[in-house]
Amino acid sequence: MKVAGWIAAGTWPAVVQAMRRRPASDELVLVAVADESEGVPTGPLSGLMGRARRASDTAAVDQLSRTAAQDLLAQAVAALGRPCEAQLRTGFTEREVTAAAAAIDLLIVARDGDRTRLGPRSLGRHTRFVIDHAPCTVAVVWPGETPGLDSIPAPPPDR
Amino acid sequence: MTTPVAEAIAVACLIAVLGFAVVRPRGLPEGVGAVPAALLVVAVGALPLAAAWQEVQGLGPTVAFLAAILMLAHLCREEGMFDAAGELMARRSRGRPMRLLGLVFAVASLTTAVLSLDATVVLLTPVVFATASRLGARPKPHVYATSHLANSASLLLPVSNLTNLLAMGAAGLSFARFGSLMALPWLVAIAIEYLVHRLWFAGDLSVVATPRDTGQRTPTPVFALVVVALTLAGFVISSPLHIEPFWAALAGVLVLATKRLLMDPPGRHLPELRELLAAANVWFLLFVLALGVIVKAVVDNGLAAAIGHLVPTGSGLVSLLLLAGLAAVLANLVNNLPAVLVLLPVVAPSGPAAVLAILIGVNIGPNLTYVGSLATLLWRRILADHDHDTEIGEFTKLGLLTVPVSLIACTGALWVAVQLMGV
Repeated sequence: MKVAGWIAAGTWPAVVQAMRRRPASDELVLVAVADESEGVPTGPLSGLMGRARRASDTAAVDQLSRTAAQDLLAQAVAALGRPCEAQLRTGFTEREVTAAAAAIDLLIVARDGDRTRLGPRSLGRHTRFVIDHAPCTVAVVWPGETPGLDSIPAPPPDR
Repeated sequence: MTTPVAEAIAVACLIAVLGFAVVRPRGLPEGVGAVPAALLVVAVGALPLAAAWQEVQGLGPTVAFLAAILMLAHLCREEGMFDAAGELMARRSRGRPMRLLGLVFAVASLTTAVLSLDATVVLLTPVVFATASRLGARPKPHVYATSHLANSASLLLPVSNLTNLLAMGAAGLSFARFGSLMALPWLVAIAIEYLVHRLWFAGDLSVVATPRDTGQRTPTPVFALVVVALTLAGFVISSPLHIEPFWAALAGVLVLATKRLLMDPPGRHLPELRELLAAANVWFLLFVLALGVIVKAVVDNGLAAAIGHLVPTGSGLVSLLLLAGLAAVLANLVNNLPAVLVLLPVVAPSGPAAVLAILIGVNIGPNLTYVGSLATLLWRRILADHDHDTEIGEFTKLGLLTVPVSLIACTGALWVAVQLMGV
């Protein structure tokens, strides 16, 4: 079975942990995305009128998101401690992760939204897209503690 | 030359200069378009040579101040101040993104106030991004906050924003007086930004960070911090001593540059000086001078009379709100530099409070449009230059949430400060 894990800031340890539990026969792939649109917004930089900013300034800023994704991936590979394929992709996060799942049997992602109030927003924007469009089974793992049954709100009074 | 003809030439030159600055053909510096245009305005007699010279002399101290602040910020970076700030934020946040956001707010607000918005946008934002990703937190809330604070936290001191430097003379306020009147609006602006960023990015901020130790340790640049603190003190005491505050900034630059030159290994001296000169950004200084001359011609030949009765006078709360709103609209249409240059001569007779209200408008306003002005944004959209729709969309939403509220609340705070302290 070919299993991929999406490595993203903050939530990746949960994904790596889930992948370590996979049987040794599984083929593991770690996917991280360098997404310029999630990096430093370059608008304010080029909005400084008169400062004669060069295109190389914004290019340097874009390099930052690539370095960050690379470092994250290296950290995750080390934490996994098993042979795996590390994929660093460049582009829009949700589309790249979905595309990476094309030849995959199982994609492991982490719940990455606001987990203080469980509901639609406990899935982040990108995760929502990936779950809807990934052409394979998607496992959503909890970063940290799983919620207890007491997290379910009281039923509405008319039920 | 008749006044209408002179006005037409001056306006055409201004439009051409702003167009050049937005389009930046072949990536040429903006000053390349502005300087010949300013010379043309004077050559055809749209502005008498004496008046142009007077304008340049008047702007001289401002431009010198600007150059010194740009060099000071560069030297602070070289001394490792921003890296040290990044490590401090990483350490103190203890892996909690919410704490990191608070620290980013403190560091970005102080950097903007003391070393100007340029330092925050150009030097601090990349450090904040790197810090957040090293912590394993999502960088977005933190870099967006830094970008926003570069504008909204630039209310406090004359050095925080070039617009403030330009206005300090027109307002006739000393450095300390300016700071004390703007302290309350500054705090209000930061508080609004903080609330909005916390709520807007609640999801990103709830993620638990997974720190990565790079083993990097930048020693705290004590010397540079002391020099900056003394420079700041110099700004405050220079006004009562009737010394132009740029001398204090220049002294700070000299001390830091000398220290660096003495510590540099042989062969580094020339590159060091060259980088320092590059940081002063001569084209930018020329651009400011040229823009000042052209706007002077536009204002003198009829604009002052034309918009004089449209601009509210007096320093009542309603007038101040209208002025701040007008300034914000103008800044968003063209850019805050020309906006402030056009409005200052018209508003200055209404007193310091009116000038400060204009500054609230031109400083906070640019957060509404991703690149600080609609003209620039449209041009970048035409070029499809690098901007991502999600980025622009999110920036605009954040701007809509913060800018109108901040304009009203900060102007209210300014009015309260004026009532309490008088002007």
